[in-house]
Amino acid sequence: MKVAVVTFPGSNCDEDVEHVLNHVIGLPAQRIWHREEDLSSYDAIVMPGGFAHGDYLRAGAIARFSPVMNEVIRMARNGFPVIGICNGFQVLLESGLLPGAMLRNAHLKFLCQDVHLRVEQTGTPFTTAYDRNQVIRVPIAHMEGNYFAPPDLIEELEANGQIVFRYVHPDGRREDTAFEANPNGALHSIAGIRNREGNVVGLMPHPERCSESVLGNTDGRKVFDSLLNHLRGDQ
Amino acid sequence: MNIMAPATMEDARDHGLTPEEFDRARSILGRTPNMVELGIFSVLWSEHCSYKSSKVHLRKFPTEAPWVLQGPGENAGIVDIGDGWAVAFKMESHNHPSFIEPYQGAATGVGGILRDVFTMGARCIACMDSLRFGDIDAPRMRFLVDGVVGGIAGYGNCMGIPTIGGETTFFPAYDKNILVNAFALGVVRHDAIFRAHASGAGNPVIYVGSKTGRDGIHGATMASEEFDKDSEAKRPNVQVGDPFTEKLLMEACLQLMQGDAVVGIQDMGAAGLTSSSFEMCGRAGTGMRLNLDAVPLREEGMNPYEIMLSESQERMLIVATSGREQEVLDLFAHWGLDATVVAVVTDDGVVRATWRGQEVLAIPAEPLSTQSPVYNRPTVRPAYLDELTGEEDLILPPPSDMSEELRSFIASPNLCSKRWIWRQYDHMVRINTAVTPGLGAGVIRIVGTNRAVAMTSDVNPLYCYLDPRNGTAHAVAEAALNLACVGAKPLGLTDCLNFGNPEKPDIMYQFAESVEGMAEACRALEIPVVSGNVSFYNETEGEAIWPTPTVAVVGVVDSVDHLPVHSLTPGARVFLVGEAETRLAASLYAYTKGSLTGRIPGLDLPGIRKTADTIREAFSLDLVEAAHDISTGGLAAAVSELAAFYRTGITLSPQVVDPLRTLFGEGCGTALVISNDPDRLKTHFTQNGVSVQELGKVGGDRFTIEGTGVDLSLQDLIDAYEETLPQILEV
Amino acid sequence: MKFKVEVFLKDVVLDPQGKTIQKAIQSLGYDRVHGVRAGKVFMMEIDTANETEGLAIAEDLAQKLLANTVIETARVTPVP
Repeated sequence: MKVAVVTFPGSNCDEDVEHVLNHVIGLPAQRIWHREEDLSSYDAIVMPGGFAHGDYLRAGAIARFSPVMNEVIRMARNGFPVIGICNGFQVLLESGLLPGAMLRNAHLKFLCQDVHLRVEQTGTPFTTAYDRNQVIRVPIAHMEGNYFAPPDLIEELEANGQIVFRYVHPDGRREDTAFEANPNGALHSIAGIRNREGNVVGLMPHPERCSESVLGNTDGRKVFDSLLNHLRGDQ
Repeated sequence: MNIMAPATMEDARDHGLTPEEFDRARSILGRTPNMVELGIFSVLWSEHCSYKSSKVHLRKFPTEAPWVLQGPGENAGIVDIGDGWAVAFKMESHNHPSFIEPYQGAATGVGGILRDVFTMGARCIACMDSLRFGDIDAPRMRFLVDGVVGGIAGYGNCMGIPTIGGETTFFPAYDKNILVNAFALGVVRHDAIFRAHASGAGNPVIYVGSKTGRDGIHGATMASEEFDKDSEAKRPNVQVGDPFTEKLLMEACLQLMQGDAVVGIQDMGAAGLTSSSFEMCGRAGTGMRLNLDAVPLREEGMNPYEIMLSESQERMLIVATSGREQEVLDLFAHWGLDATVVAVVTDDGVVRATWRGQEVLAIPAEPLSTQSPVYNRPTVRPAYLDELTGEEDLILPPPSDMSEELRSFIASPNLCSKRWIWRQYDHMVRINTAVTPGLGAGVIRIVGTNRAVAMTSDVNPLYCYLDPRNGTAHAVAEAALNLACVGAKPLGLTDCLNFGNPEKPDIMYQFAESVEGMAEACRALEIPVVSGNVSFYNETEGEAIWPTPTVAVVGVVDSVDHLPVHSLTPGARVFLVGEAETRLAASLYAYTKGSLTGRIPGLDLPGIRKTADTIREAFSLDLVEAAHDISTGGLAAAVSELAAFYRTGITLSPQVVDPLRTLFGEGCGTALVISNDPDRLKTHFTQNGVSVQELGKVGGDRFTIEGTGVDLSLQDLIDAYEETLPQILEV
Repeated sequence: MKFKVEVFLKDVVLDPQGKTIQKAIQSLGYDRVHGVRAGKVFMMEIDTANETEGLAIAEDLAQKLLANTVIETARVTPVP
């Protein structure tokens, strides 16, 4: 069992994810440089956060053309678990592995703070360890986290249960227009989605930042516990 | 203009050199310098690079201790934190550029200080910023605040380095001269520290990073007129930062420095290629032969003057071991960075450069630095000091509604929550931030050990204005207490000394006194000064800023298990520990009432040292949940900040003689300590001879200080504390 | 030959930058200015003597890289 943590020039959270997987979860993980063209020995892929290519042009817009993305796309299409966190989610969107796009946060500034998420889909390889509709506290840190998709696509995502994480108040209530619940203004308070097949997940918040008790919050750990269980074959 | 022509006295004057300095340059060379050489002398002998007005005073700092691995003189200072690990850190100012173009000025300030740290082989793991703005309603001020914060965020976030602390104030004294002091800290193994020495004749010198353009070449009569009549428009005053390139540069350099192909390395900061080449040779006693035709250029038609003096960002100069050039070039190519051999180290101690087949400069490196001008400028005690510093404490009329008074005081811009600022900074990246911003010191755990490193940036410029010597000592003492309140032992100090024009005797007096105060406090608290920066000429139309000697102190926490808790136990007791003279005169409260006068509170440095040590030991013994020093804003500010940080009600019953002085009086030497083990806590402090007094407890949803009239809901307090900056900055 | 690619957010997408800039313009007293939108301009030189060919290359780049066609539209024009 081995997880590839895809690292682009400018990725920052690759080491963080690698640390959590190897030393907290006990799931072997290795950083892979974006020019690598063979990921066949890996069982899952994490696209970590950061500023690939400086976020120049658009977040993820240049990274999606890196050689490694051919492998990422191949493995995604073959049902391997793939998760994109923050910048990684942006790369998955730009490459078409997940539908929709990211706009700048509604109040136009970078925002680093805790948010509350409702875990609405517990059938993905990254959410089986959570309870349905469990509310968790996870930090965000981004400038472009305002999820957008055209109305018919949004309807489709909702109808198919493709919204995996949603921004909510601490008590679990959704309020799309309230900064306290949905600080970046994402449509339908969407924080994370899955593809139709369910093996590719993207989310803006950073679960690797809340996986260790010394840092004060372990709500994000189950994202990685779920992956370990999935790879082991448990459900 | 002919760059090879001998410079005249007038040229020298245009370049900011005095006739005496010009003569000194001539005698070092044994002839008259040409224009390229003149440019080099003028920039290396500028105040910023040579410290000519400050050196005689800076020598007074204590700089040594058994745990200091590198004191002042290199790109950053380094202290041992145990287990074979060390931290490298420094603070730098970028005041003038930030006033002109706040986003890029602040961004490139961050970029510069990061390079100073990773050039030592240290991986940057934390940043802080001390920001001094003017009155929020002063012209352009909102634009400046927005730009500076945006620039720090834009650069630091892209680099993936958490910005975890700092200070931000708003005083009219900075209306026309804002201050941006950027601090960075990195971690390095003892045996992997690199220094900026150009050693080994025959070793290749490699340039890496962004191409060189015409950035930052000031007041140059040396235009490339003979090449391009339109040179003015092409010469940017403020550089644009490229944090993506710097991220690649940092990763590449750190990877390179894991091997042994590098002999010496320095970033190209102020004075670019000039300072890096001359300083590296000066330290090693070597020389260099530069091939300027090999320097990667971004613009057409650049001449040697421009190439040597350009301040283009994101560039490093690396001295490699002879024969290992290709290895170095290949590594940088992997990271997508330009790298070229541009020079070779020589053993004659002279830095030479050739361009288009001609030698265009030849200056001996060592005399250039050892014989750089040093001035002992006259100092005169300013008259205002005698006028303003009366002994009597202030008596102020008590307000009718003390709860409202406290609410509006906590909501004032100099005390209110700075969350609007620090939530624009990624303060969590690298998943090592053990204490969130807002408590008084930032804490980063060191993976691979059980330790953590704490850091704080402090100064009260109001105190420094009223009493430069003791005001500066206060800054050091406050920093030591801030560190103690997160369980840390101070190890080293870096500073950014921001003052007006040193050619004015009253400003020079402020500077000299400030240095004395800092030296005295550092000796008493055993905190060596390991690096620092001086920024003079912070004045406009004859009005100088308040003396602002920003200090940043770094300490070590023995175990991550001994840090402040993430949430307090309801019912835990609040204690007041230590002793301090408390006064309303010179306090922030008095300032908000229109008073700018009075003797600042006294300072018992040995007592403060004991109090700080005892607080830190209390953390080690698991007796403390959290602590907070009492300083600017007095007890009111300290309690409010604790209540807001932990989102807990607090009820205190202090001994009240005069409610205003109890709430808003300031001093240095006391702290609030919260403990759920009250008896053992009291015993610990008593046994160590430090005064301890139970004041109350935490819990509930009200904020009450009995005997003063303060009683409000926690929500009201938090709202007042948090709403100010969003309201005044988002218009 | 030189070409210019202008990229704007689609009309259906909220443009908070454009809105903010418009508010600032109006607060400076220019109350007759409306419909402000913020976009990006890319300039490039293409090695061709054939304008049609150049436009096609620029258009291709616009769709593939310079614009995110989910949220942005692009317009390509030759620069004389």
